Amino acid sequence: MSAPPTSSDKLPTSSDERILRTSPLRRLLSRPELGSVVGALAVFLVFAVAADGFLRAASLSTVLYASSTIGIMAVPVALLMIGGEFDLSAGVMVTSSALISSMFSYQMTANVWVGAGVSLLATLAIGAFNGFVLTRTRLPSFIVTLGTFLMLTGMNLGLTKLIDGTVSTKTIADMEGFPAARALFASTLTLGGVDFKITIVWWLALVAVASWILLRTRVGNWIFAVGGNQDAARAVGVPVEKTKIGLYMGVALGAWIAGQHLLFSYDVVQSGEGVGNELIYIIAAVIGGCLITGGYGSAIGSAVGALLFGMTSKGIVFAEWNPDWFKFFLGAMLLLATLLNAWVRKRAEATP
Amino acid sequence: MTQNETRTPLVELSDVSKHYGNVRALEGVSLEVHPGDVTCVLGDNGAGKSTLIKIVAGLHEHDGGVLRIEGEETRLTSPRDALDRGIATVYQDLAVVGLMPVWRNFFLGSEPRTGFGPFRRLDADLMRRTTHAELLRMGIDLRDVDQPIGTLSGGERQCVAIARAVHFGAKVLVLDEPTAALGVKQSGVVLKYVAAARDQGLGVILITHNPHHAYLVGDRFVLLRRGTMLGNHTRDEITLDELTGQMAGGADLEALRHELQRG
Repeated sequence: MSAPPTSSDKLPTSSDERILRTSPLRRLLSRPELGSVVGALAVFLVFAVAADGFLRAASLSTVLYASSTIGIMAVPVALLMIGGEFDLSAGVMVTSSALISSMFSYQMTANVWVGAGVSLLATLAIGAFNGFVLTRTRLPSFIVTLGTFLMLTGMNLGLTKLIDGTVSTKTIADMEGFPAARALFASTLTLGGVDFKITIVWWLALVAVASWILLRTRVGNWIFAVGGNQDAARAVGVPVEKTKIGLYMGVALGAWIAGQHLLFSYDVVQSGEGVGNELIYIIAAVIGGCLITGGYGSAIGSAVGALLFGMTSKGIVFAEWNPDWFKFFLGAMLLLATLLNAWVRKRAEATP
Repeated sequence: MTQNETRTPLVELSDVSKHYGNVRALEGVSLEVHPGDVTCVLGDNGAGKSTLIKIVAGLHEHDGGVLRIEGEETRLTSPRDALDRGIATVYQDLAVVGLMPVWRNFFLGSEPRTGFGPFRRLDADLMRRTTHAELLRMGIDLRDVDQPIGTLSGGERQCVAIARAVHFGAKVLVLDEPTAALGVKQSGVVLKYVAAARDQGLGVILITHNPHHAYLVGDRFVLLRRGTMLGNHTRDEITLDELTGQMAGGADLEALRHELQRG
């Protein structure tokens, strides 16, 4: 740079030369899912060393299956969290969806697909109810969905006992349409000699669709905006209420898929299941880089969060450790991943 | 309208008043803004500046007097109504989402799309290029439109909000205290963009309590005090000193000086 730059050298072009200062490393560091990826790699290495047979294809398939049952719900829960809200009813909603499907088919002696269809509508209605009450009353989502969580928990038990007389549903395995429904929601695919559960396909498809919506559609822009600054979003004409109701219905759709898997894989549904799972979905989303206050996160991150879950829960078994320690590891991972995420975001966003 | 037949003001308020219950927030205020002009509204806290802005932005309807837009008598019933008539308001909080990239913020609520059916998607490339070009047109050369808008300085964010209003076809730009929270240098930058918007033919209503900033860009000055209009001057009728004096309330300042004297 011996020659002094002429004025035309300083004229900005569409590809600004100063952008070069942003190194690829910095780009990578600014990804919301970085913390969870680092955590997942660490956990993978720990179990690869500590647990015999963890690296066997069958074991990895088991890990992926465990991850997928969480991941199917973690994706819409992450979207909702990016939109700035919680859903504490997500866990029991899965059970509700399975119960509705099973009991409707059984009581009406209908094709199981009819039950599944009714269950889809009913579950979406529960999600819409959550969103509607939230946007109308302007109460915090913690309170609103805590209310629906308790109501659904009670209804799951109460209605099942009332209709079936016991705490679980009757078998529907001999009913019309069951084999086909089982194939869609709970079958096992064999790929290169290894068995994979079909929920893994559902999970990956949901991650892909959610990522597309978040990053490449108008609705995705709105989701980030209502979570990041609701008032600003409203001021520029974003339909805040509709976006939030839509996000709650997305959680309901996830609950329906997970619920149908539950039903068609075990045939009977225990009405008390699902309590506590809502926190697991939220933890997966947070480990995956979702900001608990909204406006930041990714669907892929939630998938990595779910994978971390699956690896830990199954890895402890493979390593023949006392499974009582699972929750301890979970809590430690949550803290570490969140701290790492916060630190990374601060570094990435600092004005250079 | 009789004394100024050559040009119809974009927005004209005559003798406008607004009451909240038995509180008189605004009484007998008149104001006009022409294309390519900056009308400054000056006043201390509680003078009625916010009420005036809310009437022009469509958040509140006025109780008395007449509001004309391009000569047509009207009432603004909602912010959307005001926007549809080409009045864009940039509030102090700017209505931007700090964690989102600049280009996503720029088009928030009016995103251009491309493709068909389920593959209908954001035209991200167009959005990035347009954001860069529009900001450049206002004289802001942004390093990277992908950076979160929260990483920009207060002045730069203000400028993005102004550029956004200009791009979406605003004819009148209402700026609520754009320099209030900024340092001297940043304020200068923002005022430059106010001038740039003016030079593109927009009418600007600049709300401020800083007479020095107002006098740098203003063509007309409306002074408010306790909800009433203290004065309405064109630039050639008033000097900066007179403006500052009126603004501070010359007599009040004298009394204050007396009060603060030692001994």
